[in-house]
Amino acid sequence: MNVQKITLSGGFGKDGSAELVTEFSLEVGDIVSIVGPTGCGKTTLINDIELFANRNTPSGRCVTINDEPVPEDFIFDPSHHPIALISQHTNFLSDLPVEEFLTIHATVRGAENVEQIIEETLGFANELTGEPIMKDIAMTELSGGQTRSLLIADAVVIGNSPIILLDEIENAGIHRSKALELLKRYKKIFVFVTHDPCIALMSDFRIVMKNGAMQRLIVTRPEERKVALKMKQIDDMMLDFRTIIRSGEELSESIFDKSFKVLTF
Amino acid sequence: MKLVIFAGPPTCGKTTVIRQVIKRMIARQIKPAYLKIDVLYADDDTIIAKEFGIPVKKIYSGELCPDHCNVVVLDEAVEWAESSGADYLFVETAGLCLRCSPYVENSLGIVVLEATSGMNLPRKIGPMLTLADISVITKIDLISQAEREVFRYRVLESAKGITVVESNALYGIGIDPIVKQILKTPAVEFPMFLRGNPPVGTCTICVGKKEIGAKNHFGVLRTLDEDLIYVGE
Repeated sequence: MNVQKITLSGGFGKDGSAELVTEFSLEVGDIVSIVGPTGCGKTTLINDIELFANRNTPSGRCVTINDEPVPEDFIFDPSHHPIALISQHTNFLSDLPVEEFLTIHATVRGAENVEQIIEETLGFANELTGEPIMKDIAMTELSGGQTRSLLIADAVVIGNSPIILLDEIENAGIHRSKALELLKRYKKIFVFVTHDPCIALMSDFRIVMKNGAMQRLIVTRPEERKVALKMKQIDDMMLDFRTIIRSGEELSESIFDKSFKVLTF
Repeated sequence: MKLVIFAGPPTCGKTTVIRQVIKRMIARQIKPAYLKIDVLYADDDTIIAKEFGIPVKKIYSGELCPDHCNVVVLDEAVEWAESSGADYLFVETAGLCLRCSPYVENSLGIVVLEATSGMNLPRKIGPMLTLADISVITKIDLISQAEREVFRYRVLESAKGITVVESNALYGIGIDPIVKQILKTPAVEFPMFLRGNPPVGTCTICVGKKEIGAKNHFGVLRTLDEDLIYVGE
């Protein structure tokens, strides 16, 4: 089945009242964010998507693919599952070396050239991490940032899933704008759970959550897109400062002022 | 009377899976009875009795090997369940030493494994997995999707053709497919037979000789470098 579109119909919030956003659909190429304060039900919403909720989860939501009920095969065999959920996990529990793990996963997913796909996966992951991931290290020994980078790379390259859900990608110190840039090269549906205004405004639309329910769907207007570009400049400047500090150097007022003056607004 | 046997290492989530299953069975007007076989301690029977009001029983195997215990009491347990008006007997058994399997013919065997227990677990637990009909993988919310796929592969590699069901039993996710299989279980037939042969457990150690070293024992033995030998008459 070729996934073109996924639709979620609303259920109920924590207090049992019906969700104000009654339905939304995602199509290939869409980037969407889910925003709201901690504990408002953002992760539950993406879990419902990942589980293909069929009015059988506590929220009572329902998911369809290409306007049809989800095939059982999708639900029960994770290697046929079209959704990859990158959770907030920052550690692996598998006690296998990276290469062996990726080899099994690529084989399960029916990859033709396993060696090449593993190179591509590690290449992708290593663009996001500080220190590169070694093939023969145990998965459990990877740092938080390395783990998340590898999870993202694995989902995109090996999993080749048409729908990718990312829970707070901004955490764990991976290179966020680099990640967004790399991800955009792949034609997929991306859903970000995020507290990051840049990611939220770079989305096509965002769902605002409150008290376990979808409150509002906001389509990003051209004005917000302009703001997003300005924010990205500030973000990049902050990343430059981070790099300076991470590499053990010191910041000075002149470096700060120089960076600040480069901003084009 | 239909028999469903749940096995799995301690703390893997057997009882949580069973409670979710019982809830759904009762909703279908089906009455299960529940037997817990444990080694030293269990209170699941009282919790389940209180929650669902179904017939329950608990056996501590104590000094006896719990698998041995299962074999010697199961026929009476089925009769007990029948006499208490149940349609199904659910047996929960722990403490397996991983060389036996508790499943019998004409029943449903379910092994419960936790996703967090490492990729080599499916290779380590032998007949408890390979002779089961369904492998329920619990705590899937604690590992990544990639790890789930690799764990599943390792399960299928050890037990080809087994039905794998992934579950987050706390939230009742992945329970419906288990219930679906349970409803297809055939009726128990007497005499009942184990699916697999247990290893011979009647040895000098089992009967109380505590001295360490092969030279102090007789029967089927081995030394560090020598494979199985027989010493005795």
